[in-house]
Amino acid sequence: MNKVINNKAWWLVLPVFLLVAFSAILPMMTVVNYSVQDIFDASTRTFVGVEWYQQVLQNERLHDSLLRQFIFSACVLLIEIPLGIAIALCMPTKGRWASACLIVMAIPLLIPWNVIGTIWQIFGRADIGLLGWTLSELGISYNYAANTMDAWVTVLVMDVWHWTSLVALLCYSGLRAIPDVYYQAARIDRASAWAVFRHIQLPKMKSVLLIAVMLRFMDSFMIYTEPFVLTGGGPGNATTFLSQTLTKMAVGQFDLGPAAAFSLVYFLIILLVSWAFYTAMTHNDQQR
Amino acid sequence: MTIRKTLALLLYILFLLVPIYWLLNMSFKSNTEILGGLTLWPQEFTLANYQVIFTDPSWYEGYLNSLYYVCLNTLISLLVALPAAYAFSRYRFLGDKHLFFWLLTNRMAPPAVFLLPFFQLYSSIGLFDTHIAVALAHCLFNVPLAVWILEGFMSGVPKEIDETAYIDGYSFPKFFVKIFIPLIGSGIGVTAFFCFMFSWVELLLARTLTSVDAKPIVAVMTRTVSASGIDWGVLAAAGVLTILPGMLVIWFVRNHVAKGFALGRV
Amino acid sequence: MEWMAWTPVTAAFFGGIALLLVGMTVWEIRSPCVERRGFLPIATTRGDRLFIGLLGSAYLHLLVVGVTDWSTWIASALSVVWLLVVMRWG
Repeated sequence: MNKVINNKAWWLVLPVFLLVAFSAILPMMTVVNYSVQDIFDASTRTFVGVEWYQQVLQNERLHDSLLRQFIFSACVLLIEIPLGIAIALCMPTKGRWASACLIVMAIPLLIPWNVIGTIWQIFGRADIGLLGWTLSELGISYNYAANTMDAWVTVLVMDVWHWTSLVALLCYSGLRAIPDVYYQAARIDRASAWAVFRHIQLPKMKSVLLIAVMLRFMDSFMIYTEPFVLTGGGPGNATTFLSQTLTKMAVGQFDLGPAAAFSLVYFLIILLVSWAFYTAMTHNDQQR
Repeated sequence: MTIRKTLALLLYILFLLVPIYWLLNMSFKSNTEILGGLTLWPQEFTLANYQVIFTDPSWYEGYLNSLYYVCLNTLISLLVALPAAYAFSRYRFLGDKHLFFWLLTNRMAPPAVFLLPFFQLYSSIGLFDTHIAVALAHCLFNVPLAVWILEGFMSGVPKEIDETAYIDGYSFPKFFVKIFIPLIGSGIGVTAFFCFMFSWVELLLARTLTSVDAKPIVAVMTRTVSASGIDWGVLAAAGVLTILPGMLVIWFVRNHVAKGFALGRV
Repeated sequence: MEWMAWTPVTAAFFGGIALLLVGMTVWEIRSPCVERRGFLPIATTRGDRLFIGLLGSAYLHLLVVGVTDWSTWIASALSVVWLLVVMRWG
């Protein structure tokens, strides 16, 4: 669609701009201010320059949680994206059965995040939870509160349970947008199911998939509530992800300066990645 | 082939439903039964856990608070996002692309970064512990999303409709309310669903910005988990009740959801 | 405004960014720019190049502060050069 150039359109955007600017820019400025000062209490503070940045960039604990975060996000993407695509391909195309599927699959998305943590906390316990009980009956020793590997797997399975549906729903709607003509042509050519997927369905889902990848990357990168409720970051620091380290620093120890500095580093990482995704996406749009 | 597909789908749905069934199952048991041993369904079916929630004001007020600010947030998001999305879909203006990207980055900003400044910002303007504060704070990530989804829907409406209406003598506000909004009805439904969902499930900001008067249910729940042992039965019942509003909303928009994504910019 | 904990340095920083944005707006109104392709792999407008320049500068500062013992001013000087290069040839 060719759009008209009209700078008066700013008046329509102004409410959104003001509303979001109020909630985004003022807190952002405050975080920047915190990050260059040593803050003792509301009235006592001294300027320390880039000291916090230096400290934060060389801090082992933060490196560890950053690394853990990247591994976690990578695992999440590698499992959820293919699984989501597969499920979308399995879903019926129309009828009551299809809308029943949609509703059931949307349920995990609508549960408050701490309830998700609670559900899995209960579900995984060996004494009162079905999963923990079944595993221990089968003779597998499983304890997400004490064993690092178990804790990791539980958090990962929980995330898959929680978010794969979003990927599946997005892909499903991408698939529905493909006109029937394409499938008819493929049938005439006697294309295999794989060829149909590779040359028709996947290219058509590309833009939807980009959104799915983007949303999943952002959300898994700032995951906080679910592992906090489930494992409390333990055992040790095994499931302490970035947001949790940050919150511990800012609220628990009141190290506002370093926490703010690290928040900004964190923000820059997300900004770079999302900009790359966004550019790739809009670039993709132009080529069509 | 179809049988295999159906089987795979059924397996996945089973995987989704079993943990939820477990929660439901527990919410109908007494605490002694829960801790006494593993039972696949409630031996002594009881509604006592639900009774606790519906009779204790600190519990049910949590639900009312949550519902109140979530609805408020959905309303605000839609009201400001509708004209903005129209502007993005119909016009090019100075800095439009950068503005759009900036809006999206707010969707991506981790709330953990903003907790303390938010607390101080809303305290300093005297809105701390009010519903409107939480609603405004949730706008940070809901408004960009609303603009994004609505913009996709509006781009799907042919531009000739606007032009014809203007020629027929409609003013912009009249055209927008009388003609345009009914055309994108399902888009508004889907957007409302997403705003509702993301505001409903958010915990960190809601908990930080409230203490007593506007305390959301999710915060009431965390308090119960940490204090005086864990009342598993009540916790499970509260969890089940938090799922219900979402299910109600998805029921209303179920036919629009798939269409919504397909039409959109996505 | 007390709670925002302003310092002269950060005030100057945000003032600078605001001035830059106002300047870019005025420039754009005076002489609208065309999208073009420079040494960057994508076609960019003036605003895109400013964004890339600023983001690059931020990372440059982090690199200097995190890895070396150099003064921050060196990083700032390098960033200005980088910004100008991107704006002119990017």
